[in-house]
Amino acid sequence: MSQAPATPGAADDDVHDEPIPMMQQLIDNPFLLLFLGVAMPTVLYIVWGVMEIVGIPLAK
Amino acid sequence: MAVNRNFRTCPSTGLVYHEPAEKLIRWNAVAGVVSLLVGGVLALLVTLTRWPAVKLLPPDWFYLVLTAHGLDMLVFWIIFFEIAVLYFAASTLLKCRLATPKVAWVAFWLMIVGAITNNIAVFKGDSSVMFTSYVPMGAHPLFYLGFILFAVGALVACFVFFGTLVVGKAEKTYNGSIPLVTFGAVTAAIIAVFTIAAGAIILIPTFLWSVGLVSHIDSLMYRTVWWAFGHSSQQINVAAHVSVWYAIAAIVFGAKPMSEKVSRGAFVLYILFLQLASAHHLLADPGLTSNWKIFNTSYAMYLAVLASMVHGLTVPGAIEVAQRGKGFNKGLFEWLRKAPWGNPCFSGMFMSLVGFGFLGGISGVMMGTEQLNLIIHNTIYVPGHFHATVVVGTTLAFMALTYFLIPTLFRRELMFPGMAKWQTYVYGLGMMGFSVFMMGAGTLGVPRRHWDMAFSGAALPHEFPGAAYLMMGLMAVSGVLATVGGAMYLVNTVGSVFFGKKIVTPDFKRVPVREGMAPARPPEPAVAPAGHGAIGAGGFVAPGTFVLAMVFLTSFVLYYFVNWKYLSTVWPLK
Amino acid sequence: MSAIEPPAQRVWWKQPLDRVEGTWIVIAFAWCMVMFFMMPYWHVYGKQNLSNEAYRSSPEAFLAKAQAMVDKHTVRTVTEQNIPVVHPVPGADVYLVARLWQWWPVLELEEGQTYRLHIMSTDWLHGFSLQPENINIQVHPGYEHVVTLTPTKEGTYSIICNEYCGINHHTMASKLYVVKPKKS
Ligand code: HEM
Ligand SMILES: [Cu+2]
Ligand SMILES: [Cu+2]
Repeated sequence: MSQAPATPGAADDDVHDEPIPMMQQLIDNPFLLLFLGVAMPTVLYIVWGVMEIVGIPLAK
Repeated sequence: MAVNRNFRTCPSTGLVYHEPAEKLIRWNAVAGVVSLLVGGVLALLVTLTRWPAVKLLPPDWFYLVLTAHGLDMLVFWIIFFEIAVLYFAASTLLKCRLATPKVAWVAFWLMIVGAITNNIAVFKGDSSVMFTSYVPMGAHPLFYLGFILFAVGALVACFVFFGTLVVGKAEKTYNGSIPLVTFGAVTAAIIAVFTIAAGAIILIPTFLWSVGLVSHIDSLMYRTVWWAFGHSSQQINVAAHVSVWYAIAAIVFGAKPMSEKVSRGAFVLYILFLQLASAHHLLADPGLTSNWKIFNTSYAMYLAVLASMVHGLTVPGAIEVAQRGKGFNKGLFEWLRKAPWGNPCFSGMFMSLVGFGFLGGISGVMMGTEQLNLIIHNTIYVPGHFHATVVVGTTLAFMALTYFLIPTLFRRELMFPGMAKWQTYVYGLGMMGFSVFMMGAGTLGVPRRHWDMAFSGAALPHEFPGAAYLMMGLMAVSGVLATVGGAMYLVNTVGSVFFGKKIVTPDFKRVPVREGMAPARPPEPAVAPAGHGAIGAGGFVAPGTFVLAMVFLTSFVLYYFVNWKYLSTVWPLK
Repeated sequence: MSAIEPPAQRVWWKQPLDRVEGTWIVIAFAWCMVMFFMMPYWHVYGKQNLSNEAYRSSPEAFLAKAQAMVDKHTVRTVTEQNIPVVHPVPGADVYLVARLWQWWPVLELEEGQTYRLHIMSTDWLHGFSLQPENINIQVHPGYEHVVTLTPTKEGTYSIICNEYCGINHHTMASKLYVVKPKKS
């Protein structure tokens, strides 16, 4: 373990800053976006599409 | 295991390179350029064969070469270069060490082995199935295996990218949110994860089918899932080249985004909706309902098109604001006239933006419309469209970026700066002509992936009108011009990287950096900056860009409805 | 700060939009809505909509149906290969087989009449491309696609294949004849 790196100009001013808005927090979170970006097309494109193909009736 | 924390600061740009990342960026970029070289030679052969007056290759070679051209360009060139961009955007822009360089090397070698294996399979001659490799036409198992190895490598590389974001945050190498360009790279990487997952879902069973372990692959299922991979991978390109536009605007002009919220919001729309549009490849297929087709092909109500239209405004808008701030504030377009048109970095980026929007964007949305697709599907209009997006858009943007990277990343001077000035124009304009003539021929019904539009040997041949032959001839001439432009790029980059004059900096040293390297955020101004000051006109900070945007919209609307008019004249169908 | 550096403000979400951006977003969004609603609109008011009617089928079953039609309605043959030309009853079900490297049989339809055209491949993927109308439909093996179509003008049309289907892809071309309705 190295010594605790002291950031010059302590970061504790942040405490007084206004909170980060919800939307910004969301956009700043790459893993949440990763989840959404994979889930959306998986459900809307692949799952829905495959269900339609499976449901094609047999020819008479 | 000691972590390499050596960094170098580029004296000419101030950018910071982590030693292992630097090497990886270089190697990935070089692998990309080598693929471009191979693909470029093949492009010339394909073009000369589709030139009705030349018809260079026999059919078996034509289809072989076309398969290899598609793969080497669309998959290997673009993705290698994109991985370089991802590492750059995470490590250099966040001033952060690259997470797990060893794993990144594994990824690199997987991709190399995959690309070579796949090329071997194609050049052996029994895998001329096009890069789409639609079943039930089968390729040699090595074809799929190479593809899969490459994709796994690329997926690992994406996770190295995400890992680097985590390291940067944990080690506080930057303050606040990540830069916009890095955010664009995040968008590209997210799309890449979905892309590769979809590729795995379909290519692994197909590989097993090719070795006889699976008995049947359904062709409609294949096309549906394959395009979740094939088209999403084009969306990686869009996210990547839009990021490159922002980066070049920042590098050349010091332009800052007009507003972070709008640009990032547009990228979020990409993340959520861009990939749905894979459905536009299936509009002419049986069995899928119109509900599925309309919802998906329109990116859920064109929300990703909205995002592209936003980027198309904010990138030049940011440039305009920066230029006006420097005093080029006269009239509507002084900022644009006085732009550095002799700098290939800028001219390439700007042509990429205009070409992608006007040619690639408008044509893409048009043919991605459920009914309009009927008069376009599988004609040569389609390659016309995607050479405008992925060549004028992505490839040209990457070329422009290379001119910036050679001095800063490779520390070499450009060998032929005069040639570089012209290269972007020859390539860009050649390719724009090429795309437009392909679209023209497609409108007249000429099929894509087709050896002979005169149908020699057919019992009941079709005769295309003279105009279609003319279009194909003009297409080939422009294509040859574009290949010249491509050769100019390759000579210059390969020459400079390997033999260019080294840029030596006195007193250069690599600096080891420790955690917590980002300086504290400077205190924010007490009052929020009041807009952009006294620039612009009519309350608009970027009136010139707005006018250009309206010109774009007008062309878009006209072209869109012209095609509906044309559709309304063909045979009624239900 | 520039786009390659972190945003200058810690909270950038609240930065107000520029007027150019706001105006453009509104205009662009409106245009997106127009484009979106054009598709359902055309389903209701337009005449050219690709049918979604399709069935899972087998090459044998499909060939049998096509053969039955050929046996009943062949009027002549064309080329040295004696490809049958079929003149089906207006309004009837019509079958078109796509296979390496041929469209079979040749169809003769009547102007202004509506047909239910069944298309299927018996081997690989093919592309139905009607020229010079330029109507293009993907043809799958195993999926019988039923398209209702109405030829509007007499003449000789071509059906070419525009999905790559192997080495003789460029020879996969055929005709479709449209004739004036016979008065009877
Ligand atoms: C000088 C540059 C280039 C020229 C002259 C050129 C020319 C061509 C031609 C003539 C075709 C055949 C179209 C057909 O018959 O269907 C083609 C196909 C294609 N090209 Fe290019 N090309 C160039 C660069 C690129 C680049 C940079 C990319 C990708 C980044 C690319 C991607 C493709 C793809 C994906 C296909 C389709 C292959 C297929 O249908 O399977 N091309 N190109
Ligand atoms: Cu065919
Ligand atoms: Cu074919």
